[in-house]
Amino acid sequence: MAKAYTPGLKVSSNTTLRVRRILPVAGEVLVALGDRVHAQQPIARAMLDGDITPVHVANGLGLNAVEVAGALVVAKGDRVEKGQIIARSKGIFGFGKKEFASPESGTIESISSTTGQLMVRGAAMPVEVLAFVDGVVIAVHEREGVTVQCDAALVQGIFGIGGEAFGNIRFAGTHAAEVLDAEAINAECKGAILVGGGRVTAAAVARAREVGVSAIIAGGIDDADLKSILGYDLGVAITGSEKIGLTIVITEGFGDIAMATRTFELLRSLEGRTASVNGATQIRAGVMRPEIVVARGVGELASVSTNEVTREVGSLEIGTSVRLIRDPNFGRIGSVEALPTEPAILGSGSKARVVRVRLDGGVSVVVPRANVELIET
Amino acid sequence: MSAQSHTRAYSPIDPAKISIILATDCGSTTTKAILIERQSDGSYSQTQRGEAPTTVEEPFADVTIGVVNALTEVGELAGRNFMDADGGIIRRTSASDPHGCDLYISTSSAGGGLQMVVAGVVAQMTAASAKRAALGAGAIVMETIAANDRRRPHEQIQRIRELRPDMVLISGGTDGGNVQQVVQIAELIAPAKPRPRFGSDYALPVIFAGNRDAAPRVQEIFATGFDLSVVENLRPTLELENLGPARDRIHDVFLEHVMAHAPGYERLMAMSDAPIMPTPGAVGDILQRIAARDNVNAVCVDIGGATTDVFSVFDGMFNRTVSANLGMSYSISNVCAEAGMDQVLRWVHLEMDERELRNRVKNKMIRPTTIPESIDALVFEQAVAREALRLAYQQHKDFATKLKGVQKQRTVGDLFEQGGVDTIVDDMRLGLLVASGGVLSHAPKLEQTAAMLIDSFEPQGFTELAKDSIFMMPHLGVLASVHPQAAMEVFERDCLVRLGWCVAARGEARWGKPCFRYKVSGAVQAAGSLACGDVALVRVPNGGEVEVTVDPEKGFDLGAGSGKAVTRRVKGGAVGIFFDARGRALVLPKSPSERRMAVASWAQSWGTHS
Repeated sequence: MAKAYTPGLKVSSNTTLRVRRILPVAGEVLVALGDRVHAQQPIARAMLDGDITPVHVANGLGLNAVEVAGALVVAKGDRVEKGQIIARSKGIFGFGKKEFASPESGTIESISSTTGQLMVRGAAMPVEVLAFVDGVVIAVHEREGVTVQCDAALVQGIFGIGGEAFGNIRFAGTHAAEVLDAEAINAECKGAILVGGGRVTAAAVARAREVGVSAIIAGGIDDADLKSILGYDLGVAITGSEKIGLTIVITEGFGDIAMATRTFELLRSLEGRTASVNGATQIRAGVMRPEIVVARGVGELASVSTNEVTREVGSLEIGTSVRLIRDPNFGRIGSVEALPTEPAILGSGSKARVVRVRLDGGVSVVVPRANVELIET
Repeated sequence: MSAQSHTRAYSPIDPAKISIILATDCGSTTTKAILIERQSDGSYSQTQRGEAPTTVEEPFADVTIGVVNALTEVGELAGRNFMDADGGIIRRTSASDPHGCDLYISTSSAGGGLQMVVAGVVAQMTAASAKRAALGAGAIVMETIAANDRRRPHEQIQRIRELRPDMVLISGGTDGGNVQQVVQIAELIAPAKPRPRFGSDYALPVIFAGNRDAAPRVQEIFATGFDLSVVENLRPTLELENLGPARDRIHDVFLEHVMAHAPGYERLMAMSDAPIMPTPGAVGDILQRIAARDNVNAVCVDIGGATTDVFSVFDGMFNRTVSANLGMSYSISNVCAEAGMDQVLRWVHLEMDERELRNRVKNKMIRPTTIPESIDALVFEQAVAREALRLAYQQHKDFATKLKGVQKQRTVGDLFEQGGVDTIVDDMRLGLLVASGGVLSHAPKLEQTAAMLIDSFEPQGFTELAKDSIFMMPHLGVLASVHPQAAMEVFERDCLVRLGWCVAARGEARWGKPCFRYKVSGAVQAAGSLACGDVALVRVPNGGEVEVTVDPEKGFDLGAGSGKAVTRRVKGGAVGIFFDARGRALVLPKSPSERRMAVASWAQSWGTHS
């Protein structure tokens, strides 16, 4: 039997999280198995090959490719500086001599007698990977990175932009449907992970940038506002590398939509705590959703309420709480009332397997199973 | 790991001994299985289908789990057991064996398919040929590098460094011609050190299919850190394109490296009785067979969630393009951005709020498997589909050109003309247009599928419209490689749903002026005249034969030239004959109210939303 799709969003006050932190190229791991690490601590480092600059000496000096070797005053492996003379033509009877300077600093990596071209490799660029969460190293992946484990509160959003960010959770509003606008943001929000309730506006994001907010968490956003924030119309949901001065995580979707009460309440319970946030989203095979993580300290779990709040993949059953994720009822919450086995004809004329949902407020609607996501409690 | 270790010998197949065939297509999200059985009259028919989520990604990381699940579903429906206790496929030992199959074959596009970087010296010549070879082999071309692509060398290197292809194809130069330029391209690619997509412990495959005199130097350049193979030049002379050896090598490398490093594929290869084909490569193969058999020019489109593939065969020449970010879910937002929301909304005859629509588009992007519930949501999605198809077809036309660089009585500037001008895709000579992909295949009404095809492809003259019933063309493409008779019979009987014909006039005039008269006789009798801007539908029963005569006004062409009548005998399909007097190119009224009225009237006449 087909199961209703859910994006696998998780909202949990208490989960064991394993985070794989891997370098883009092989390098050096800086921590050891069993080490306690903190979120902003580098755990691995690598050197990326420097930029390559092709230098066409033959063209520059008006020589044939085979003549280039005789004109060079440097050799393969030599270090050269930008502006340094690297080749000199002999001219005719000593006249018309020409010199050729390197356009970039670096090392001569190759000299081609076929094309008369040199390759100058720039200095290697260091790249570091941070732990991202406070936790313990439970696996070391040789020359690649580590896996860090921690007990944590975790909120996965539906969509985000911007990369990793850190800060203390702070609330900008008082209820889950409240629009987060510029007026709610002041200098005290600097460095914070700022939680709104409903939709965040472009003006709020602009103000947040000004005061140095680290990240914004909100229920919804208007597509028009997203376009103005990014400066372009986002075509495909592969994000995380945007340089917009802060990270944004949307928990519900696009439009005027309130944050799910449970998500709002969980974040409320974490106010003042330090959080790690990542806006990176990838919605293709290998789904990646943005997330907010608050690591729990040693011994803290005993005092955390076990009132687990999770929304994740599972089967539909009578009584299950669901959210409708397609218009005309987008964002509404209800419970499964019936699961007809036979496909039904929708208002669009299509035939699909459906579920009857009793919405909060008492009205029942019949919707395709593909258009609900589970809210497991 | 040596390349040889991943190849396997396949036993020869005797078609006469094949009665029960299982075929799977491992897509990015779904693995689709079909069962084909020989009937009592000796012909083949597709009898069952099943599907299961593809399991290439974590936490499963083994493609065969999804394959076994899909085949198990087919087995349950067929009342046969196809899987043994170890997850292997049961083979029949005799004709009376109640379990197992005689042949198992598969295609795959899971894990992102086959991703390639191609390079050549001149963008319009050798680089275009290299791109054609890669696309024809079923690859997604991530980047095309050429000496004249208007980027500076360091920009090209930077771009190569950002990519993680499965392999690189380098071409350039004619045999015996200039060596320096193609070596220069190789010298750019090697130090950029592109990293392979799967695993960091194996060397990136590079195929060199350029000037044979440059091969020794290219071998020196890629001596370390790459797995170079040299094949025949794909452009040995300017007049000749020789894509076969490069395509074959791409297939080999796909099996030896890409498949072998993707999770579970080694086992899948061991299970199958024929080499696994990249999904689009298999679709291309079956389309070419159909075009050759029926002596027809054909176009097939497959619109998915992320990408749209267009395949064409014109005068025997095959072309395929992939429009990487034109799709109906993951890429729906990109379609709206690329086409413009006003272009999308021109196909909508209902009142809609643009702000709300923009949010709906983004919500579909982030929750890609949701489906339209209401009629207005469906109308909007089909409007987006029209624009995605239109853009993808335009890109295909720009790419599918005559060989550039061939010596003719033309100016040098003609060699570098913009794409599209020299396209071999001639809408008037297009005989068969096949639709595939969710939004086309699952449209609630066949009339809607036909209308989407007509509005976006704008066929001219007489064009037959069809759809792939359950996206079976990949399975049949790979089946055709070992059992052509079974593949062709199933294609005709079960795969293709013939919708009918589009009969459209080329030409432009003010709307309301007479365009053409039509007369249908035979299984159905009908006659009428259409003014510019009008459409009509004559329903003809499936298989019913009719004679259609169309007589255009001067300035309009239906295949015989301006103002000349055309008579053709055609067979009806699931819908009938769509007469289209809206003109080519199809231009909609500028005034929003007039446009909405026109679109609503077409929907009424063709029965798409009536």
